[in-house]
Amino acid sequence: MTKPCRVADEQTWSDVGALDAIPRQGSRTVASAVGDIAVFRSVDDQVFALLDRCPHKNGPLSQGIVHGSRVTCPLHSWVIELQSGQAVAPDQGCARQFPVKLEDGRVWLDMAG
Amino acid sequence: MKQKLVLIGNGMAGVRTLEELLKIAPDAYDVTVFGAEPYVNYNRILLSPMLAGEKTLDDIVLNGPDWYAGHGITLHKGKKVVKIDRRQRLVVAEDGTQAGYDRLLLATGSTPALLSVPGKELDGVIGFRDIHDVERMLSCARQHRHAVVIGGGLLGLEAANGLRKQGMQVTVVHLVDNLMNRQLDAPASQLLQRALEDTGLDFLMQAQTEALLGDTRVRAIRFKDGTELPADLVVMAVGIRPNVELARCAGLHCEKGIVVNDTLQTFDPRVYAVGECVQHRGQLFGLVAPLFEQAKVCANHLAGYGIARYQSTVTATKLKVTGIDLFSAGQFQGGEGYENLLFQDPARGIYKKLVIQDNRIKGAVLYGDTVDGAWYFQLMRDGTDIAALRENLLFGQAHLGDSGHGAESKAVNLPDSAEVCGCNGVCKGDILKAITTHKLFTLDEVRSHTKASASCGSCTGLVEQIISSALGADYSVSTDKKPLCKCTEHTHDEVRQAIRKEGLKTIPAVMALLNWKTPDGCAGCRPALNYYLLSQWPGEYQDDPQSRFINERVHANIQKDGSYSVVPRIWGGLTTPAELRAIADVAEKYQVPTVKITGGQRIDLLGIKKETLPQVWHDLNQAGLMSGHAYGKSLRTVKTCVGKEWCRFGTQESMALGVGLEKMTWGSWTPHKFKMAVSGCPRNCAEATIKDFGVVCVDSGYELHVGGNGGVKVRATDLLCKVDSEEEVHEYCGAFMQVYREEARYLERTAHWIERVGLAYVKQRVVEDEAGRQALFQRFLASQQSAQSDPWAALAEEPAREQFAHLGSVA
Repeated sequence: MTKPCRVADEQTWSDVGALDAIPRQGSRTVASAVGDIAVFRSVDDQVFALLDRCPHKNGPLSQGIVHGSRVTCPLHSWVIELQSGQAVAPDQGCARQFPVKLEDGRVWLDMAG
Repeated sequence: MKQKLVLIGNGMAGVRTLEELLKIAPDAYDVTVFGAEPYVNYNRILLSPMLAGEKTLDDIVLNGPDWYAGHGITLHKGKKVVKIDRRQRLVVAEDGTQAGYDRLLLATGSTPALLSVPGKELDGVIGFRDIHDVERMLSCARQHRHAVVIGGGLLGLEAANGLRKQGMQVTVVHLVDNLMNRQLDAPASQLLQRALEDTGLDFLMQAQTEALLGDTRVRAIRFKDGTELPADLVVMAVGIRPNVELARCAGLHCEKGIVVNDTLQTFDPRVYAVGECVQHRGQLFGLVAPLFEQAKVCANHLAGYGIARYQSTVTATKLKVTGIDLFSAGQFQGGEGYENLLFQDPARGIYKKLVIQDNRIKGAVLYGDTVDGAWYFQLMRDGTDIAALRENLLFGQAHLGDSGHGAESKAVNLPDSAEVCGCNGVCKGDILKAITTHKLFTLDEVRSHTKASASCGSCTGLVEQIISSALGADYSVSTDKKPLCKCTEHTHDEVRQAIRKEGLKTIPAVMALLNWKTPDGCAGCRPALNYYLLSQWPGEYQDDPQSRFINERVHANIQKDGSYSVVPRIWGGLTTPAELRAIADVAEKYQVPTVKITGGQRIDLLGIKKETLPQVWHDLNQAGLMSGHAYGKSLRTVKTCVGKEWCRFGTQESMALGVGLEKMTWGSWTPHKFKMAVSGCPRNCAEATIKDFGVVCVDSGYELHVGGNGGVKVRATDLLCKVDSEEEVHEYCGAFMQVYREEARYLERTAHWIERVGLAYVKQRVVEDEAGRQALFQRFLASQQSAQSDPWAALAEEPAREQFAHLGSVA
């Protein structure tokens, strides 16, 4: 049922900004060659990164309401798992996911692949 | 080590409890299930359609072997449990299979009661309970001709209908004069009898069975008056008897059923019971809706949450006989102390009766036209005051000033290709398919699988009708208490009350005190809580932008491509060349692709990128324009006509009044969007009678109208009252908005709120209670003190504008 999302194979990390610049339960976008990437910060300060396009109708996930480790798309309320990019059942689809990590209050994103 | 849970009874109530349990505590127990029937879990409700040849065995399976295996559940099917050893906590089946338990769940169901008459043990005399019974009836129908069904209740009539469809000559024998006398009054039951006679069923009323005749196989039935009737098959459907023997032998307290408390525990707290075998507060159960509710409560307790209690609920009944529409709920007989509202049209075969007490619906019988069953049931459960609806109540929801889509909702007659949910393009056929493929029972489940009624919600009633027509007799519209969302058991009203009484001042505080099931809520509850806190503690509560929908977070309307639209406030729809020039300049400077005049007399600039918003706002602010709140659950617009300043028919200064109202109310947050209009004469060019609050000026003063909207379901306003001065218009307007802000549920428009609480209530609060009105108005003005600041001005400057830009970029 769950198809694995595309994950980068070669890791090249870039510093994209301070964690403090992303609101808790919120998101900011990072411009990239493949389009905007939404970087999310959950209520417990975990960070996640997805391509900023809902698998349903390309809605900007970064603009959704973040709850737990999920986000609700602002266009038609699909719920997407931030960890995997998968839509929550019964909806089906997957937003591309990017490796992301926190170091000394900075957010690092891996764009390889 | 995991605790062991044993379920005795593989039927609907027991397995539903497991499903509920797996949802909330999937790893709590090692589960073993014993079922006396040699099948997996199936939908007993659909046995009637199966008998009628409309469904097959495969169609009615709820959970196949994969489900049991997938959840690690051990299933012993075809094994009847004969003994419970409570000391050793062990159950023993007929064939010697044993299983130990930490918790035991009894869901042993019921058996058809058999009349104690001579001959009841003859071949060809059966009850109607399980697949085995259906198979016996089907095989009998192939070889024999005459069937007699004893009992003209719900089950008996469904059995008779099925046997007739299988080609048998069927006579229904009933002890009293009225069919379905537990659900129908005399007129409805006569209509039903006539309709069933037309399909070819015979009836023998007020007939008391004396004996069943035959040697080994039944041949005829004899009545008290000596007459006889040939019968090759006799189906007894005279009621059900809870299966309590097993529990009784184990020393558990039983009366008619296994006695349980509000958490579905028997007198041994390790042993739970749900379904048709139980007796709760003296009541027995035969329909599926209450069983599902028991399942939920029981699962909650088994999972160790212990916050749910079972309270018996009113249920509604429908008959699953194709072509016959009937609906019954509550106190349908009426009698002393009750009033009856009646509608009878014998030519069309329509009968409706509503039983009313103190302006509240207490019961309903509908025959021939059951479209409004769900609506009456809702009014009944909510205890809605129907005084204001009374005049049109019997004609149905479609007649409540609703000239929109309401009138065409005959769920049963719709073709499969009919679009039910216009927002998400869901057809009736899609819903039916989802119900059968995914074994759905509730509105929520249908909603999440098909998206039907998941957007604007206006088709909810129709979707509920489709579910009930698909599931038949036992589908009850939904539980009586609707939680705010899936994160909590509490309703909107309970949450609001807790905020007020407990002095809760933050979203986490509300979630902590009310045992929220999720760490930080969801996109449904967070905006509601944010609003409730804001309206309860104006000036004090710190608004939480992350709990607002994006439009309110960035003060613009998101569009399908992720861009935004910007609508500056144009007071009362009045503008100036300078303002228009400024808007034109902005539109050119930022290359705005679309400029549109809105329905609320504003100008909409569409297609603006998020990062450009602060610059656009800055430029508009420079020209004296501010946020028009076209994006908010808030005061939107006050639309006006020109009024007596120019118009030869105008009676008052509607433009000035509209501007005044908008200056007073802008910036206020409301449960849902709030629109106003002021018309200068009864020609009503500003369309004030489809607004949340509308003023229609007349020569002698001002008519105040409330609770209208355009949109999906058009609802014309109700007249609140007439006042003499502009000052009064302001006061009544502020007071009305304030009651709505304080008491309506989040995302409830004024139209729905007024239909729920009744116009009489609103009149009492805003018109009759003068001191109360003034107090409301003062509270409204007080809350406006902290609400009226232009969000654009705040967001257009550093550091706030930073959030509209990218965080960074990568190669």
